[in-house]
Amino acid sequence: MEASLNSAEVWEADEQFYKHVEEACKTLYIESLKDLPPDVREALEKAYENEELESGKDILSTLIKTVSTADDESLLICQDTGIPVYFVKIGSNVRFNGVALEEAIRSGTKRATLEHPLRSSIVNTLSRENHGTSTGKQVPVIHYEFVPGNEVELLIVPKGSGSENMSYMKMLTPAEGLKGIKKYVLECVFESGANPCPPTIVGIGLGGSADKCAALAKKAAAREVASPSPDPEVRKLEEELYEKINELGIGAHGLGGNTTALAVQIETADTHMTMNPVAVNLMCWPARRMRAVFQCNEAPEIKY
Amino acid sequence: MAHYRLKAPLTNEDIDQLRAGDTVVLDGVIFGVRDANLIRLFDKGVELPEDLIPQLEGGIALHTAPGVKQLEDGSYEKVSIGTTTSYRMDRFTRGLMNQYGVKAIVGKGGLLEEGCQALLDENGCYFTILGGSAALETTQVKEIEGVWWEDLMPEAIWKFQVEDFGPLIVSIDAHGGNKYKDVKDEAKKNLDAMIENL
Repeated sequence: MEASLNSAEVWEADEQFYKHVEEACKTLYIESLKDLPPDVREALEKAYENEELESGKDILSTLIKTVSTADDESLLICQDTGIPVYFVKIGSNVRFNGVALEEAIRSGTKRATLEHPLRSSIVNTLSRENHGTSTGKQVPVIHYEFVPGNEVELLIVPKGSGSENMSYMKMLTPAEGLKGIKKYVLECVFESGANPCPPTIVGIGLGGSADKCAALAKKAAAREVASPSPDPEVRKLEEELYEKINELGIGAHGLGGNTTALAVQIETADTHMTMNPVAVNLMCWPARRMRAVFQCNEAPEIKY
Repeated sequence: MAHYRLKAPLTNEDIDQLRAGDTVVLDGVIFGVRDANLIRLFDKGVELPEDLIPQLEGGIALHTAPGVKQLEDGSYEKVSIGTTTSYRMDRFTRGLMNQYGVKAIVGKGGLLEEGCQALLDENGCYFTILGGSAALETTQVKEIEGVWWEDLMPEAIWKFQVEDFGPLIVSIDAHGGNKYKDVKDEAKKNLDAMIENL
């Protein structure tokens, strides 16, 4: 805490920073749609090797071919540009204008859509009018986290609707316990079947309030594949559910086989003594994400 | 399991021969439809443009809203063409088939009971294309040949010229064969056994 208050380490975002944020958000949106992170590629390769069903293997090999076609032809992996979601992490030593930061994120998202161009998938919820900019009221969706240190990190997750439409939240009772959580997650994955474009990353939120729980599930789904929870109890649950989900037999694209999930990832919060909230957020097989890391007012490092 | 190369307009014989599990590639014309244009057509009762109606006879409908770039002459160039989840458009399957003569739907995720019944009654087929695989699909679309109801952009009705379009899986055939249902029935047994032993 003392270090974070040391004025020598503090940096203040200037006009240049917000310009870089805008430029970075344009890059992040476009590149995340074209270039799949290496951990997801590896997971797909591993799934292909482990798939026992011949037709499942064929499907996985087509998915792998899609990724390489996107690389070779500089094409979007999936036409669904998703609902743009950003996870923003801000270091304790950074002084910034939150309104200007949000405006830069919006502006970069809009520019990516108009200048590439990308399909705008964002509409007014009631009139269903498409704004044509991938932005709108409360969109992009932005989550903030404050952490010790000097960095600002912007992580974009363009969340496809095929998987987002298969989202679940339930307030279980304490008496339903851990068994109830496992049962609910398995039922959600079963019900979703082919719709979320499996193999998925199954993101699970446990605890908090209802809204917090849903946000945790999304955060879990956005984690890189093979990034197990640091909490041994949670990790054990991740491993158990991963094994069970892949024994369901839903398979790649819901057409059978032992590849239903690439990973099962859980985020937790404490909760009220009367509550046992669980949320499930599925990430489709093209688990797209890209981040920009700023350490000062200069251009950021772009990474997965 | 057999493999077929098909081209619209499809005949009843084309459809009859297909069995769930077969694979298909398409050449020629397919039409892109989805939520907004089907809601306008069937729920709001707005008739399709006259020049489009006869082209749908024996036609193939793809559940999509593509990413496109409009050129100066008003025509469209492809940016990314892929497939969306079909269950949302399930209840329009029967209308597309018995009112307009569409013979096959290309989509992802499969149809619900109502849509499957329409395939049985109307001798239609559902082909699965892999979701999320737009990069591949885009290379197989040669040209955007037509567009109707552009005010619904990107949920307009699209006419695409395709070549080697696939691989498509005949997941629901015209005889009651349904790969999704087979998989789910089996998975339900696995699920029940798992829950029993939690």
